Amino acid sequence: MSDSTRMVLHAFAALADLGEEIAETSDFEEMVRSALHVVLGTMGIRRGAVAEFDRGTGVLRFVASRGFGDTHPAEVNLPRKSREGANGNGNGDGSAPYAHALQDYALVEHEIHERFHEAGVEVVTPLVVRGELVGVILLGGKASGVAFTQEDRELARALGRHVGVGLHNHRLLREVERRAEENQKLYETMKGSYKDTVRAFAAAIDCKDKYTQGHSERVGKYSEIIAREMGWGDEEVEAIAIGGYLHDVGKLVVDRDIINAPYRIDAKQSSELNRHPAAGYEILRPIQHPFADIPLMARYHHERPDGRGYPEGLKDEEIPPGAKIVSLADSFDAMTTDRPYRRRRTFDEVVADFRRNSGKQFSPQVVVALCRALLKEARGETRPRQMMRLLGRDYVPEHTLPALEQLIADLESGAHLTTAQASGPA
Amino acid sequence: MSEPLAEPTTAQAVVDVAVVYAGDYVNKMSGQRIERECLTRMERGCRALVINFQDTELVNSIGVSILLGVIDAAEQSGTRLAFSNVSVHTLKLFELLGLTRLVVLADSEEAALATLEEFSATPPGH
Repeated sequence: MSDSTRMVLHAFAALADLGEEIAETSDFEEMVRSALHVVLGTMGIRRGAVAEFDRGTGVLRFVASRGFGDTHPAEVNLPRKSREGANGNGNGDGSAPYAHALQDYALVEHEIHERFHEAGVEVVTPLVVRGELVGVILLGGKASGVAFTQEDRELARALGRHVGVGLHNHRLLREVERRAEENQKLYETMKGSYKDTVRAFAAAIDCKDKYTQGHSERVGKYSEIIAREMGWGDEEVEAIAIGGYLHDVGKLVVDRDIINAPYRIDAKQSSELNRHPAAGYEILRPIQHPFADIPLMARYHHERPDGRGYPEGLKDEEIPPGAKIVSLADSFDAMTTDRPYRRRRTFDEVVADFRRNSGKQFSPQVVVALCRALLKEARGETRPRQMMRLLGRDYVPEHTLPALEQLIADLESGAHLTTAQASGPA
Repeated sequence: MSEPLAEPTTAQAVVDVAVVYAGDYVNKMSGQRIERECLTRMERGCRALVINFQDTELVNSIGVSILLGVIDAAEQSGTRLAFSNVSVHTLKLFELLGLTRLVVLADSEEAALATLEEFSATPPGH
């Protein structure tokens, strides 16, 4: 085999190796280091470097270097003369100053060569992809001591095209990542604005009812805690919190005097008040919520598993799970806050109500989740103690915990049904 | 005289001389292993190194570049470096790429060790 055939075979094999290395995208710097190795090993060169060109700033940043020690800086700023090319044909509008400008690559070669000649750089190969400079390869002398031939330079350019594609792909990947990050930030900002709007709405709803200040916010919090206890995912928990905040939005269309009546309202007024779930649904339905089912939570938060709720009298399985949670959170807050015509219930009374109404007014699984969350907070097993903060530190006394535990056990085993049937009407 | 290491197939220390065995294919992964082994020996004060290519059938471009790096590191640390048992095919490649100008070549590991010892016996400046 002749020497030239041997070198051609070695170069072909190197091109194949380079292709493999360029395909490695998980570690960009390692990819460039390997690519540099391929170039140096193909021609037997002891020193070399690969620099990436930032068209936005005109800076060449060295990504991989071998054999130069500390003789070159980490970055090099290309002077405008080189950046804009010999013909001075830069954009001139400052929008993308180097996108179309670097057409005279000989000038770039010359500029780099001038700067690095003393460091032993003999060949500079600009890396150009689709007419755009993406970087350069700097090569020191050959280990053989033989001067670079025209064929060597051609080979360096051929290898450089592959390396350039690697740099270009990395640049595209970074651009995609940057845009994805921007979109994510934008989405978070919009979600933040949405939540602020929802809170403002909740405050507006609660303002209408002078006796239930903060009710919507508390229902949102309780709903969130219950859903988390039931193992719902982060997105679903966020959604249910919003559902809790907005569940009473329909009250905005109900007469303020009915909402604030300091006495038991009559049938007509009650019918008017009972319009609020359907009205809430109509208000929320046209809005593009980032979460599904929020209008349904408002519509069905007064439905009951026994079918005696409103507006549609749905039965257990027909009621959306989110609405069941909001329903219990709503009732729990009503039981545990003072109203003008009654004081709030004791925790014993709340537990008794849960026992009596599980399976009738409330979904037993949802009651279990709320009770478990309460039990964990009361025992200090979860931090922060969000519910205790809302209820007051001493609201759940130590002596009530066994009853709470028993309720959970009965609901989980179905024993409450037997008790309810036994105590029900003959 | 020789002192086997924990990984005798990779390297064998001979007082201040170490022998590193290249595998059958010197590519990125095995090249980095050779490089690591050589640099470790140099850091530990070894001033003569033999890389034995007895099993080597192929050296790719990355392997060549890594070997050039080892040659540089040896020069910088004042370590004498010899390649032994290089096949005709690999030797031709090393010649074309200039590696043979930079290292001592020996037909066998023993010959390489003897050559390096000769060098070390020569007083500085001679």
